[in-house]
Amino acid sequence: MALEVDISLSYPGFDLAVKHRFAPGRITAIFGRSGSGKSTLLRIIAGLETGAAGSVTMGGTVWQAPGIRLAPEARGVGFVFQDARLFAHLTVDGNLSYAANRAKGLKGPGLDMIAHDFDLGSLLQRRPVGLSGGERQRVALARALLMSPRVLLLDEPLAALDDARKHEILPYLERLRDHSDLPILYVSHSMAEVARIASDIVVMQAGNVLRSGTIEDVLSDPSAVPVLGVRDAGAVIAARVVTHHADGLTELAVSQSVLLLPRMDAKIGAMVRVRIPAQDVILSLHRPEGLSALNILPVVIAAIYQGDGPGVAIGLRSGEDRLLARVTQRSAAALHLTEGLACFAVIKSVAVAHGDIGAAR
Amino acid sequence: MSLPDLSPLWLTLQLAAVTTLVLLAIGTPLAWWLSQTASRLKPVVETITALPLVLPPTVLGFYLLILLSPKSPVGALWVDVTGSTLTFSFTGLVIASVLYSLPFAVQPLQAAFEALGRAPFELAATLRAGPLDRFATIAVPMAGRGFLTAAVLSFAHTIGEFGVVLMVGGNIPGQTKVISIAIYEQVETINYADAHVLSAIMLVFAFAVLLFVYTLNRRFPVRVG
Repeated sequence: MALEVDISLSYPGFDLAVKHRFAPGRITAIFGRSGSGKSTLLRIIAGLETGAAGSVTMGGTVWQAPGIRLAPEARGVGFVFQDARLFAHLTVDGNLSYAANRAKGLKGPGLDMIAHDFDLGSLLQRRPVGLSGGERQRVALARALLMSPRVLLLDEPLAALDDARKHEILPYLERLRDHSDLPILYVSHSMAEVARIASDIVVMQAGNVLRSGTIEDVLSDPSAVPVLGVRDAGAVIAARVVTHHADGLTELAVSQSVLLLPRMDAKIGAMVRVRIPAQDVILSLHRPEGLSALNILPVVIAAIYQGDGPGVAIGLRSGEDRLLARVTQRSAAALHLTEGLACFAVIKSVAVAHGDIGAAR
Repeated sequence: MSLPDLSPLWLTLQLAAVTTLVLLAIGTPLAWWLSQTASRLKPVVETITALPLVLPPTVLGFYLLILLSPKSPVGALWVDVTGSTLTFSFTGLVIASVLYSLPFAVQPLQAAFEALGRAPFELAATLRAGPLDRFATIAVPMAGRGFLTAAVLSFAHTIGEFGVVLMVGGNIPGQTKVISIAIYEQVETINYADAHVLSAIMLVFAFAVLLFVYTLNRRFPVRVG
């Protein structure tokens, strides 16, 4: 069931107004700088911000409307905070039971099953104070699931973790996405995370929604480049693992060509997501030769968006795939780039970093 | 050397124990309310709670004497219901002690509750725990140190009181003659030997109680994180 919000909140110096429908079974990334209202939006949905006006509806249940405000405990939101917020006076088992005991009769997953899924068996008798950051977040995620949530709200669950710990948690989030029919809201300011696990994206700035849509649409939309920021702009495309070559490269099939990447951990035939930052795509009118870059895709220019700066965002099509390139105005003029022009996209293979790659649905 | 009459000591311990229990029963919800409320009444209630800290015990004792006397509506009602007076009785002493030591129970508890912040309660709420549930399963166990401090301070402060007890309870052996008053009486009658023994007992007792608390605090530091 979908979560529909149409809310507003005013503080001195800050106004938030969000109207959006969050689809079930998908991770919607709430993306934006700090202070853009991402966390506040989650708190309003959870019922923790009493000053918010408007409506929040989950499936057929009204959580908030003029004159109605359901208490947080009556809503059923699985909330995971950046700092895990485990109860320090309880063991890991006690933290999990706290949630499970209050969701009895809601036929949620059992504690044993969740503990097994999140590999918590050896931690159950430990106290939160002795756990690593990654372990804490795993417990927090498991606990949020054990209260039989109707929606999952994840507020930068990875932000406090180093890269190694992030990679420890991401597979659990992906499993969650792939085996859940809940709307999952995932607040993040890391495009790498968003590109890896999100299905949809809501881009927020100063309390407002600037853009929303599927990851594929928004990240390949040249007019969204200024919104996402030049450094974070870049399309996400789906690819299939063809083979692992003996020289350490993995070959991926995209709709009209192949990509070569440093060897990645994926079975042959598996579908993966590849993120190609717009600033790492070079356009060439002719198929370049004598170039060290391995990945050159034939593309057609689909859209050109000129913002305020010196750069131009170019939307590209390569068969079914949509890419994004960012070039200077000068280059765009010199090459006479126009919509419909066929050319070649040179992708610096270093840009397809391993950390940016995740399994697609 | 023969021991002086020790009944004032037992009466004192009894009074302190009953007062502490009553204070925890009253002080906990009051401290909880103060820690959570955004009401405009909060500073007023905090002020009233803190008054015994600054008022001379004789002022508190004087008003209590008037309030509890059979001539006041409260005192008269008590006489109608129980047949005995509140003034110069053990019950009257408990009421006086509770008011006198109220800040010593409420303030540590309030501070302990406030130190927990909103985070654990917000989280518990998202885990389907209602207000009473949150209080019982999060606030009380997490504020354990606050309860210990409140209990010890209430107990010790009640043992140490003198002025209020003198005003409200007088000096009735076995009923209102607590140890501080017994010592005062021994000194007044120049019976220094007994005053020495009773005072020494108080000194050792107070030292032992405080040492116990500080040792406990060292060995079981607050768990954070």
